[in-house]
Amino acid sequence: MDKIKGNGEIRVGVYICHCGTNIAGRVNIKEVVEFASKLPYVVVSREYKYMCSDPGQELIKNDIKELKLNRIVVASCSPHLHEHTFRKACEDAGLNPFNFQMANIREHVSWVTKESKEATEKAKAMVRAAVYRVVFHESLERKSQEINPNVLVIGGGIAGISASLVVADSGKKVYLVEREPSIGGHMAKFDKTFPTLDCASCILTPKMTQVKDHPNIELFTYSEIEEVDGYVGNFKVKIRKRARYVDVEKCVGCYACIEACVYKEGKFPDEFNEGLSKRKPIYIPFPQAVPLAAVIDPATCIQFLSGKCKRSCQQACERGAIDFDMRDEIVEVQVGAIIVATGFKTFDPSRIPQYGYGRYQNVYKSIEIERLVNSSGPTGGEVILRDGRKPQSVGIIHCVGSRDKNYNIWCSRVCCMYSLKLAHLIKERTHAEVYCFYIDMRTPGKGYEEFYHKLMEEGVHFIRGKVAEVTDWAITPEEEGKLVIRVEDTLIGVVRRIPVDMVVLAVGLEPQPDADEIRRLLNISCSKEGWFLERHPKLAPVSTFTDGVFIAGACQGPKDIPDTVAQAEAAAAEALSLIDRKKIELEPNTAWIDEEKCSGCHICIGLCPYSAISYNEERKIAVINEALCKGCGVCVAACPSKAAQQRLFLDDQIYAEIEGALL
Amino acid sequence: MRENRKYFYYPGCSLKGTSLAYEKSLLAVFKYLGFEAPELPDWNCCGATSYMSIDEMSAFSLAVRNLAIAEKEKRDIVAPCSACYMVLNKAKKYVEEYEGVKDVIFKGLEKIGLKEHFKGDVKVRHPLDIFINEIGIENIKAKIKRKLNGVRVFSYYGCLLVRPFTDFDNPRYPTMLDNLVSATGAETIESALKTKCCGGSLTGTLENVGLRLSYLILKEAKRKGAHLIVTVCPLCQFNLEAYQDRMEKIFHDKLGIPVIFFTQILGVAFEIDGKELGFNHSLIYPDILYQKALV
Repeated sequence: MDKIKGNGEIRVGVYICHCGTNIAGRVNIKEVVEFASKLPYVVVSREYKYMCSDPGQELIKNDIKELKLNRIVVASCSPHLHEHTFRKACEDAGLNPFNFQMANIREHVSWVTKESKEATEKAKAMVRAAVYRVVFHESLERKSQEINPNVLVIGGGIAGISASLVVADSGKKVYLVEREPSIGGHMAKFDKTFPTLDCASCILTPKMTQVKDHPNIELFTYSEIEEVDGYVGNFKVKIRKRARYVDVEKCVGCYACIEACVYKEGKFPDEFNEGLSKRKPIYIPFPQAVPLAAVIDPATCIQFLSGKCKRSCQQACERGAIDFDMRDEIVEVQVGAIIVATGFKTFDPSRIPQYGYGRYQNVYKSIEIERLVNSSGPTGGEVILRDGRKPQSVGIIHCVGSRDKNYNIWCSRVCCMYSLKLAHLIKERTHAEVYCFYIDMRTPGKGYEEFYHKLMEEGVHFIRGKVAEVTDWAITPEEEGKLVIRVEDTLIGVVRRIPVDMVVLAVGLEPQPDADEIRRLLNISCSKEGWFLERHPKLAPVSTFTDGVFIAGACQGPKDIPDTVAQAEAAAAEALSLIDRKKIELEPNTAWIDEEKCSGCHICIGLCPYSAISYNEERKIAVINEALCKGCGVCVAACPSKAAQQRLFLDDQIYAEIEGALL
Repeated sequence: MRENRKYFYYPGCSLKGTSLAYEKSLLAVFKYLGFEAPELPDWNCCGATSYMSIDEMSAFSLAVRNLAIAEKEKRDIVAPCSACYMVLNKAKKYVEEYEGVKDVIFKGLEKIGLKEHFKGDVKVRHPLDIFINEIGIENIKAKIKRKLNGVRVFSYYGCLLVRPFTDFDNPRYPTMLDNLVSATGAETIESALKTKCCGGSLTGTLENVGLRLSYLILKEAKRKGAHLIVTVCPLCQFNLEAYQDRMEKIFHDKLGIPVIFFTQILGVAFEIDGKELGFNHSLIYPDILYQKALV
């Protein structure tokens, strides 16, 4: 504290926030205020119930003006939440916003320290550290940079499609990247949507076509994100366009190549139909696919496996669209904002062996039934068993893999409603007796409870109880040849055996298996379950902790189509709001080289992860390009002669802070 | 798995009484495979059944004494009876996890001079685990002399082997016994009943409940066309085999299904003499193993 520079008289104001009872309930505020008032350079020390409120901020502003304060410390919550608020208050009162320091005595103290006395001591130490530090703060200028107006959308399901259209309609350029050969996502597989029972493809297909035809949308299907570089306003993104061996520009989706394929019949499980039908090595995922273009699967195509195919598909294509020599292509785009809409995967029910999926052929996943009831599905919309019989009784088991400590603890939110929808559709198509086995019926949503009542009136049997097992164990002649569902009916208090022809497992939703890769590419966070984390669960539901990256749809957590679309359009609005600012102010926390101290040892140059440091041959010193510097501090820590320095993290500031914390 | 681990065979009461066939066949098969497991010296009751339900702490004390004797010699325990397997593992877990239990048990161990020998390092393993994970199914296959092709087997696990302490198989749908039986060339039958209750001690206390449970399993085996049932547990074997004539009268059904130990079917495949495998103790003789086997 003795080394304080001669930059005029230092006058510090300290403000301790109660945060209602969040901090005041554990920390003795009066004691901390009293303690702070006796610290060096402190002119005033005050407390207030909510420092972030308008009157709280006014308190600071008035003191700056009347007491001529030139350093401010606020001890309250995490800087993530309110650093911006208080810097702004300083600025409003005419103080450079970087002459401010925040002490987090909520997340770091009152919420985690049990003993009141201990918490108070800890709060004092943190306030002292902040005061000691702020004394060494200097006025800094923010640099501003232009924002690239383009937007990248990752994922072409209903979330990505909705977000892309909103952004593109405002006149901004959108790059939409989808890894499957067609956009549409899970929604494209559904026949009807709950609770209105409107046809999924009737409402989705026009949107898919709009995406294809939109002059502002550049669509990358069968493509994945390879690399993301840069920061808010200025991202550089590398997209890998996987070789689909069919030129999307030339292909018109006439099916001639598919008909000409040397395989007369489909032979390989059709991904879009969940394996319920077979496709050829060259195929179009589904008739409404966008782009409506064929794709060749090299893992099953004879030409790729042996190199000895007649290539009848190539000969059949009048437009010469098929190119066996096509290679993956890397395309680089520049964008200002990124919307992540990578969706979900369904739970694999073979993880619950007692439900018999994979062992009994008439046990189905719900997503397979979605294909069976779909008029463009493998059976043309007929609900039939694998042996062609029409089921006379069907059991739908809710919460498969959801609300279960052994698998996923969360409620997948959509299963009750889609089970009701499937119950209705199955009953409509087969007139079968339908049983729904539920733990709790969860129908919160507009028109959802009404739909549940409608189903009860339709005569669907609702049995409340977690199913113990699905077996082929027949005890009575009526059970012979059926699947027996064993369940405790908790409403009548007995264990029941219900024989059915078909079992539908209402599987839950899970994060995508490779969600973590996307998370790392974009430097965003996940909850411990693997869902992408929003900046604030209530007040910033589509932003992330990485500026310029927004999330939408089921990649953030299970949600139905209405919620997904709402969130996607919110993400689009946030991205547009960012882009329309045109310029962005950058934190002045970049590093620089003290030329007199630099010995030109090159150590920092190799370590810089952003290649921001170069070597000036003439002057034999390192030079940092501030536009590229991200303020990570690696060079500062590594420099043997203390030539590399970083704004907001000067040695004096850090040592003073440590001294204050440890004294 | 731990290297160079040695074992003691812990018989428990059943293998010296009602299930002599299990002991005979187990030891014969171990000998044939060159797996050494001498009998645990000075062993006592594992503490199962009535003991555990009347006085838990005494049951734990009995169990831990056996564990401590084995650990003193730095050997693991092979416990063929499912009840012993469960109780010995349970006692070990309770001593590890509950200070109150540990204090009482260690006072007892101190009195008999075993306290310093017991750190809880000993492992209690079932012979099925040993066959699969120590000896290995490929090694067993290589030593099979007589393929049991054409024999349809219902591999029945019962409850205690796979729940709650097993770490070598899926507790809901185990497959290890099926894999082992298939190694002999026999065909195993898929059944949801492979871990259902055999009736346990209810056959003795609430006969109408216990016998019904046993009967359901036998009926299912018959329905699925099994020639015989293979078990890993003395009580399951006893319940399913010994009461069949009674069940035939009560349920008006024809049964007569042989119920043997898994070590016996292995022994047949190894061409070990039937007497050494304890088939002289069988109430329903498994003719099928000797008729169809060579077809």
